[in-house]
Amino acid sequence: MSDDHAVDIQKHVRTYILVFAALAVLTVVTVAVYYLELSTGAAIALALVIATVKGSLVACYFMHLISEKKLIIVVLLLTVAFFVVLLFVPLLTTLDAPGTG
Amino acid sequence: MEIPYTVAERPDTGVNNGRLGTWLFLASEVMLFGALFATYIMLRVGAPDWDALTHDSHGKLILNVKMAFANTLVLITSSVTMVMAWASLMRNRFGAFRMYMGSTVLLGGVFMVIKYFEYSAKLHHELYPSTNTFLAIYFVMTGLHAFHVFGGMCLNAYFWGPGAKLWKKDPRWFTNRVEHSGLFWHFVDLVWIFLFPVLYLL
Repeated sequence: MSDDHAVDIQKHVRTYILVFAALAVLTVVTVAVYYLELSTGAAIALALVIATVKGSLVACYFMHLISEKKLIIVVLLLTVAFFVVLLFVPLLTTLDAPGTG
Repeated sequence: MEIPYTVAERPDTGVNNGRLGTWLFLASEVMLFGALFATYIMLRVGAPDWDALTHDSHGKLILNVKMAFANTLVLITSSVTMVMAWASLMRNRFGAFRMYMGSTVLLGGVFMVIKYFEYSAKLHHELYPSTNTFLAIYFVMTGLHAFHVFGGMCLNAYFWGPGAKLWKKDPRWFTNRVEHSGLFWHFVDLVWIFLFPVLYLL
């Protein structure tokens, strides 16, 4: 491997350590928020925002999505679209709930 | 017979076959876990009193937040050791790769041991998947996730041990394999990052 390449990887390693620290801190924050006993709505929103930030850090830096090729990004955007549809499917069950028809 | 595009990028896709295949597999995994998250939402929205399912008669949460918190830190650490294993190969440091990959497998083992104690406590208190809908979805989601952790451990252990022979024959191909194995491992970590708050904290 060339010297330039080695320097490049060294920078990556520094980023990995920073991401690890951020993930650890955010995990502690998630649990701290739980003990604050917020209202259900606020607790769900905050916990999901923190989890999304953590998940994005893992995907962008550990899985290198930040520098990934276009085809992979397109595949994943399509997956996200279907995932969102899937999550909203249960809401259809409310359409035939007693008293709504 | 030589397998094409294990290292070189395919001109039409712009990526090597292993990387594209791994991401397509992970896309299918997103839908698998997505179906279970959707099930969780449906069960929770449809439950007359969700808190009654997640707490015992004394109002105490039936899940162990401390164990799950410890397991979250274990998996996050294993994700770092996994990516460091790959970075070590990129820097031509096979010894460091062995150390980091071995650590990743061991941390996976620690996760499974903590999970074993967690499950044991539930079964000891006669809390089964059949007890209520919350425990049903809890055991299915965490069980499927633990199965993935075990699968990832087997894969990583193979690359730590017998699979590492490829390093001498074709280092770039071996590095790619470790990178793709890492993609799976990070995905398992990512799923847990969402499972932890959804099942234990909300």
